[in-house]
Order: sequence, then C-alpha cells, then structure tokens
Amino acid sequence: MAEITYRDAVARGIAQEMARDPDVIFFGEDVAKAGGVFKATVGLYEQFGPRRVRDTPISEQAILGAAMGAAMTGLKPIAEIMFSDFIAVCFDYIANEFPKSRYMTNGQTKCPLVVRTGNGAGSRFGAQHSQSVENWCMMIPGLKVVAPSSPVDVIGLLAAAVRDPDPVIFFEHKSLYAVKGEVPDGEILDTLGTAKVLRPGKDATILALALMVPRALAAAEQLKAQYNIDCEVVDVRSLVPLDTQTILGSVGKTHRLFTVEENPRLCGWGAEIVSIVVEEAFYDLDAPPVRITTPHIPLPAADILEDMVLPTTERIVETVRKSLNS
Amino acid sequence: MSNSPGLALAGQPGVNDDIGEETRLKLYHSQVVIREAEQRAFDLFLQNLVKGTSHLSLGQEAIAAGFGVAMQKGDLTFATYRGHAHTLARGVPVEKMLGELMQRDNGLMRGKGGSMHLASEEHGVMGSYAIIGAHLPIACGAALRAQYRGDKDVSVCFFGDGTTNIGAFHEALNFAAIWKLPVVFVCENNLYMEYTPISEVTAVEHPAADRASAYGLPRIVIDGNDADVVYREAQKAFAKARAGDGPSLIECMTYRHSGHSRADPAKYRPEGELERWKEKDPIKVYRARLKQFGISDEAVKKIDAEVRKMVDEATEACKAAPEPSTDILFTDVYADGGWAWRN
Ligand SMILES: Cc1ncc(C[n+]2csc(CCOP(=O)(O)OP(=O)(O)O)c2C)c(N)n1
Ligand SMILES: [Mg+2]
Repeated sequence: MAEITYRDAVARGIAQEMARDPDVIFFGEDVAKAGGVFKATVGLYEQFGPRRVRDTPISEQAILGAAMGAAMTGLKPIAEIMFSDFIAVCFDYIANEFPKSRYMTNGQTKCPLVVRTGNGAGSRFGAQHSQSVENWCMMIPGLKVVAPSSPVDVIGLLAAAVRDPDPVIFFEHKSLYAVKGEVPDGEILDTLGTAKVLRPGKDATILALALMVPRALAAAEQLKAQYNIDCEVVDVRSLVPLDTQTILGSVGKTHRLFTVEENPRLCGWGAEIVSIVVEEAFYDLDAPPVRITTPHIPLPAADILEDMVLPTTERIVETVRKSLNS
Repeated sequence: MSNSPGLALAGQPGVNDDIGEETRLKLYHSQVVIREAEQRAFDLFLQNLVKGTSHLSLGQEAIAAGFGVAMQKGDLTFATYRGHAHTLARGVPVEKMLGELMQRDNGLMRGKGGSMHLASEEHGVMGSYAIIGAHLPIACGAALRAQYRGDKDVSVCFFGDGTTNIGAFHEALNFAAIWKLPVVFVCENNLYMEYTPISEVTAVEHPAADRASAYGLPRIVIDGNDADVVYREAQKAFAKARAGDGPSLIECMTYRHSGHSRADPAKYRPEGELERWKEKDPIKVYRARLKQFGISDEAVKKIDAEVRKMVDEATEACKAAPEPSTDILFTDVYADGGWAWRN
C-alpha cells in the first residue's frame, strides 16, 4: 500500500500497461520529455524511450487519426488530448471514425485505443479550458466513456481501458490531479462498466462522477451529521457501458435519486440516467429525481464566479435536505 | 491551374521497356475491371438498383490501377467515398463491390456500409472514408505501426484535390514527414471538388504538389491518365518508404468523366472540356501503349471480353442475392459483437 496522487496514478497506470504489453505506445503534445502539462506522465519517456513515448506537434486530428490507424493495424495506442475542450477540434475521430468503423465494415476492423484527456473546472481557466465534456462522448454509439475519481480507480480503469478491444475516452479530472489516495502494490486492474457504492445509505441515492464524487461524499457526511439523512453515494465511474443495475439497485433501496453533474445541464449524463430510472423504476421512487448540475452557461474564469456555478458540497446538502423535507 | 491535359506534367509516358508485358497486361486488366464495374454501377443506378449515393472513378482508372499493381500483399489502401476503384484494384471481387452498392447480403459489408465505405481487410483495403481528409492521419497511424514493428508494408492514401484544403491534410503531411513514416499520399487532381473548380478556391496552381515543400517533400506532379507513369512513380515512392526514407506526396492530374456523384449531371463544366479529356481517356491511352509494345489486338479483346463476362455474372449474382438479414442490425457495434451500452 502507498499513498499517491491521482496525477502519479496516471503515470503508474500507463507504465503498468506499457511494461506488460509492447503493443502499447503513448503520444500527445508535451507528454514525453516534459512529462505533460499537468505532469501526469512524468518518467514515462525515460522509462520507455522515444519509440514508445512521443511528443507530437499541435495536431489533434493527426494525434487521434494516427492512434486509430495504429489501433486498426495491431497496436494499442494511448493518445493524449491535453484539455478535453480540444476534443472539439478533432471530434470527427471521436464521433465518426473510432466508433463507426467496426459497424460499417460489418465487423472487419478493430479500434482498441484510449484517448486520455484533462477534463473539468476548478483551475479558473475560463470557458475553453475548464469544461466537463463527458456528455459529448456519451451520446455516440460505439465508444466507451470513463471518468475516475480516485488514484486507485485511475490505475485500474486505465488498465481496463488499455486492454479493452474498443475505443475508450478516458476523462481525467484536472482538479483531482493533486488529490492523494491509498493504492495497493502490484498490478491493478478494474472493470469498465461498473459503478461503485462508496458510502452505503438508506434515505437517498446520490450519483456522482469525477470531481463531484468527493463533494457528494462530503455532502453525505454533513447530511448525516446535521440532519440525520443517510445518503448512499454511488460513483458512476463509467458512463458507457453504464452500470444501470447498481444504480437501479440503489434507488430500489433508497427510493430517492439525486445526480451531481459538472457538465452543463442540457443533455448531461444525469438526464439519461434519470430517464432510465423513471422508465424502469418509477414505482420505487418516493419523489421526483433531482439533477444538481452546472447551469447551462459557458464557464466563467474568476474564482468567485466559477465557484458559484459548479455543484458544491453545500448545494448538494441544501438540495437533498429541502427535497427530503418537502 | 491548367485545365488541359499534358501541361506541366513532370513524368512523361515512358517508352523504355522497364515495365514489361506481364505487368502491362495487369495494368490494363485492372483498368478495364474498374471501367466495366463503374459503368455497370452507373447503369444499375439508372435502373434504380443501386441505392443511396455513389461516386465513380470513370476516367480516373489509371491511378487506382497503377498503384494497385505496384502494391505488394500486405500493403494497405486507405480510400475515400470515391473508392470503388481502389477497392477493386486490390483484387476485391466485383460481385462484392456491386453487392454492397446494391445493398445486398452478398456485399462486402452486407449492406452495413454502403457505397462510400467499402473495406476488405483481407485484401488490405482498410476502409473508404467519407469525411474529407479523415483518412490521411489514419494512414499515418498504420504507417507508424509498420515503422514501430519493423514491418515492411506501406500505407497508401488516396484523396482528391479538394482534400488539400482541409486541416487534416496538413496535419498528416507534417506528422508523416517528421517521423519519416512509410506512407504514400496520392492526390487525384480531377480539377473539381464537388462542383467548384479547385483553381477557384486554392492559393496555388497544384493543390498538393505546390504544398509539398512546406513538409520538406519534393514537388511531384504526374500524368494520372497514364498507368505506366503512375506505376513508375508508385514504385519509386514505395521503395523510398520501404527503405525508411519517409513519405511521398504525389499529385496525379486526371479528370472524372461522370458527375461528382450519381445526382450530378456536371453542368458546370466548360464546353469541350470533357471531350478534350476523353482524348486522354486512360483506357484509350493504354490500348495504344499495348499496341506500341506489340501486344496483339486479340490479347486485348480477350481481356475485354473476359472482364465483361465477369461483370455480367457479378451483376446477375447481385440481382439474385437477397437483401441483408435484419439480424445484422445490432451486431458489431462493440468488439464483443453486440451493441450493449448498459447492463
Ligand atoms: C469534411 C467534409 N466536408 C465536406 C464534405 C462534402 N464533400 C464530399 S465530396 C466533396 C468534394 C471533394 O473533392 P475532392 O477532394 O477533390 O475529391 P473528388 O470528389 O473530386 O474525388 C465534398 C465537399 C465531406 N464529405 N466532408
Ligand atoms: Mg476533385
């Protein structure tokens, strides 16, 4: 067991997979010699050398396109898109190429790759470097979409993503890079498509993802301490495949559902989950599900403004308390 | 921008005998297969038997054939929506291609892809891509794999003149150049995008070749209607790629005889332009070449008749083939063969 940061877990996860499989290569902007703009890939270049760990030009389309061509012909590339906002400049690969080639060719081609990208707010970078865009990817048939919230999950889910035969978009949260967590020694391998109940409870289910997970956990502690409301906190972890069984099971127990989403409101991941729960477990619910999201606006830069729009522990506490008391 | 054939072409139709009779017959055969199959696709469209859209390579056969014959087993083709020719040039049966256009169960992808997405991995056809420019970076990735593993295959990426103005073209060329990837970029300059002449929207005369220097590559413009010229240039580029000396960008001057797609009557062509280019029809050019090298009319006619018969048989087989089974609707979204996005 060791305590490491989420940032160091990224490098450890990549190193674990590169060491076991020579088909894994890694490239992106400033990722090799500099170790990444978030320092999440420090040491990989030194450990695996310039053939396997490469700095690329600022060419997001070439990065993702090359990852696809390498994946189709036998490698298992990991490509980095520095900020997830930049997915917009290479969206063709995410929307049209990776996820469609196997289907269009009636199963002839494969695309086993991972796109890692820094997602989310908290760094005060403003509207083009702070977005949570996991929902941009969730809506596309043929992709898998993962967003870990802890160092151990980073390693385990990254390993699962690399070994998965489908294209996986792996969202790392920028505001979690410095967060520490306990990580066992040796190889760590998790399973895509599994949510995790982090805190059992009986009065309400709170679903959260990435940075919203620690906030939901803190809110659950406050709700228990101050109001004796016992919340179950579920880390969704994987948007596609989606572990609806764990979610439906939790709602079946608590009869209340809250989602805590960093993405702007319209078509956020919680909307899909709420619709599933309402369609399939309507009579389990004691009250309408409530979505706690960032409002539908571009993100502002200033501390005071950004802090107002992201779901906070206080907002979660207030929303759950009011809903349960009404 | 020169609209007349033969101007400003670097390569000249060779008269030396480096190619030889056997290869010349292959080049001719491949061009005739493409011509007959594409013409048949057009006829079937008029009979409402080809559904959706289709983009023909009538008039551009020499490029697909020249590269196709020069490619070795294991080399990889990346084509566009105008990719029937490049698919056939790797040996994919006409029936499989026509079946896909007719959306029948015997099609290459059993109707799941359609005319714009022909692929046949077993023949090295790694897909036909319908988003302009997308496959240039993908070809780079396949070439990166070859370089990384020490494989000797070359990735060949075909695209149009219009594709040189999209970002992915420039990103891919730079990528391939900095890493010396074994990839060959083949620009088929047929003078038009969909309906707009490329010269009206491009800052340089030769949309691909005039940009080559920006990526440290030589400027190459060839006569794309002469299969010998294309074949020779392909051989050079492949040798360079296999030797580890990096990518090539080859601009082939050509002209499409049909409209952009099945819906296009091509009214925008200046008068006489099509007729001038038909003088340089690649099949016509090549028949004269075969004659020049003493290959008999009978041998040529025999190839023509055999190909015609083969395409006739393929057509009948496609007409008789059933529509795809609806069982395939939900297969192969994910690698497990299914489409489950939830448990
Ligand atoms: C990104 C993108 N933009 C536009 C189109 C629509 N489109 C399809 S073919 C075409 C013309 C392409 O011209 P060129 O590259 O010269 O190829 P050609 O059709 O002449 O072979 C256009 C604009 C597209 N498929 N993808
Ligand atoms: Mg064109």
